[in-house]
Amino acid sequence: MEKRRSKRLAKTGPLLLIAAPGILYLLINNYLPMFGVFLAFKDFNYFKGIFGSDWCGFDNFRFLFKTRDAWIMTRNTLLYNAAFIVVGTIVAIFIAILLYELGQRRRVRLFQSALMLPNLFSWVVIGFVVYAFLNADTGYINNTVFPWLGIEPFSWYSTPGPWPVILVIVYLWKYMGVTSIIYIASIAGIDKGVYEAAQIDGASKLQQILKITVPLLKPTVIIMVLMAIGRIFYSDFGLFYQVPQNSGRLFSVTQTIDTYVYRGLMELNDVGMSAAAALYQSVVGLLLVLGANTLVRKLDNENALF
Amino acid sequence: MTTHQRSDVVRFRIFSTVVLALLAVLALLPILLIAVASVTNEDVLVASGYTFFPAKLSLDSYYYMVRQSSLILRSYGVTILVTALGTLTSVVLTTTLAYPMSRKDFKYRNLLAFFVFFTMLFNGGVVSSYIMWSRIFHIKNTLFALIVPNFLVTAFNVLLVRNYYANAIPHAMIESAQIDGATEFTIFVKIMVPLAIPTIATISLFTGLIYWNDWINCLYYITDSKLYPLQNLLIRIMNNIQFLKVSTNVQLLGTMNIELPGSSVRMAMAVIGIIPVLVIFPFVQKYFIKGVVLGAIKG
Repeated sequence: MEKRRSKRLAKTGPLLLIAAPGILYLLINNYLPMFGVFLAFKDFNYFKGIFGSDWCGFDNFRFLFKTRDAWIMTRNTLLYNAAFIVVGTIVAIFIAILLYELGQRRRVRLFQSALMLPNLFSWVVIGFVVYAFLNADTGYINNTVFPWLGIEPFSWYSTPGPWPVILVIVYLWKYMGVTSIIYIASIAGIDKGVYEAAQIDGASKLQQILKITVPLLKPTVIIMVLMAIGRIFYSDFGLFYQVPQNSGRLFSVTQTIDTYVYRGLMELNDVGMSAAAALYQSVVGLLLVLGANTLVRKLDNENALF
Repeated sequence: MTTHQRSDVVRFRIFSTVVLALLAVLALLPILLIAVASVTNEDVLVASGYTFFPAKLSLDSYYYMVRQSSLILRSYGVTILVTALGTLTSVVLTTTLAYPMSRKDFKYRNLLAFFVFFTMLFNGGVVSSYIMWSRIFHIKNTLFALIVPNFLVTAFNVLLVRNYYANAIPHAMIESAQIDGATEFTIFVKIMVPLAIPTIATISLFTGLIYWNDWINCLYYITDSKLYPLQNLLIRIMNNIQFLKVSTNVQLLGTMNIELPGSSVRMAMAVIGIIPVLVIFPFVQKYFIKGVVLGAIKG
């Protein structure tokens, strides 16, 4: 007994050693900054440094929430994510069903490749693509589409109005091919016997999809949506910063918490406010993930994250 | 199946094909637009904008890039180097961290799993990590800044590899190696790494794509344009097309000065940025799909 124990302990050392570089990296990259959240309570001054700067209690938060910025970035982050969840889920399921019903593998592969392609591009390249369509002087829309429809050229990068729609379209373009993969996998997991029984009962293809496929996707949808709700306080920085070309005139509809934190830190040098906004995001984000996970666990223990 | 149902299936298949073909075209058209724009004559571009059917084609933008190539090649080089080093380091750190977590006889496996997993739940935010990397580790304007922050170990990849080890590789294999006297390190290098090649391919793909497409680390930590990856050169050119001219002027002294076809060069730059991804993707698509499915099932 004693011998087995010592053997078991001896195994711990080498295994820990193997894991050590990864552990060290996470400690530095992920855990050390967690202690940096105290910056949100400091009146940061570059000359006085991290530890030398004066404490200011909740002043940063007080200032932050007094500005309209706090409201705008929170609203934008939440509403865009809500739109992405609703529209994104519907479109992804629609594409998944169509791809699954195609049957022929070669055609599935072809269409799937085409739909997945935009996912491979950086937000910078996607910004270029959007620019090719929208820029005022040489853009495709202003030069070809609008004259054809008899509409006057439009100054896209300085008019906030259309951007919520543009950003949702760009989001769908980049992500739908990949998101639908998850739903295809889920459809493939449905018991074929259910469809055979329905066919014997005379159900049409459309009926089978609406009465069998869609309802049986519900667990996957719930999990995906809850996971997205857990991340609803976070936004895709590139989508909101690079796609609108960082245009100041559009901030009212493109500012999210992530872009605010970046601009505060790197462009305005307002470390305190920026840190306050980042901490606001992290804390609310944590609460949302925990809440979402509790819900998932109640609904379907298998799929809970923890 | 009744004949009615059979024709129903056929009809639905036709419907799916038509709609998907339409969506596929919609997905590809924007990419085609920048590709066509990159080979459009500059005068035509200025007169009638970016279009799918330009009146006159020209390869001027590509000639221009070849002549002014030092800046572009340099940033291409930075991107390739960063992608290669980043992916390699990431794979080493990820697999070494995931393997002990997968061992049922490892005392701290649950603790370690929580340690990794917690990084998905809470983070210190970009402000403190920016201050840490720039003021404590002084990585600003070094190659490390493009490789080290953020991407080397992600909980997602670690859990992907751990699950693979835990589910697909029988524990008896490790035990028999132990009986033969292999050390833990030998077992890892000689058995576990080769067995995990498909999963390693998947995480390399995800990580490689992240490094190739990353521009955010540079945005935070790099001000020296010599260290610009391709993506950030693109941003610079979008903001100011003259950047391409100004920063290469020195080398051009003495050679013939060429007109900058600004609008088409912009798009040509975007095209050369995506070509490597387009070339590699067909060969790795199946790993990509596999990774997405596995990741979604158990993040």
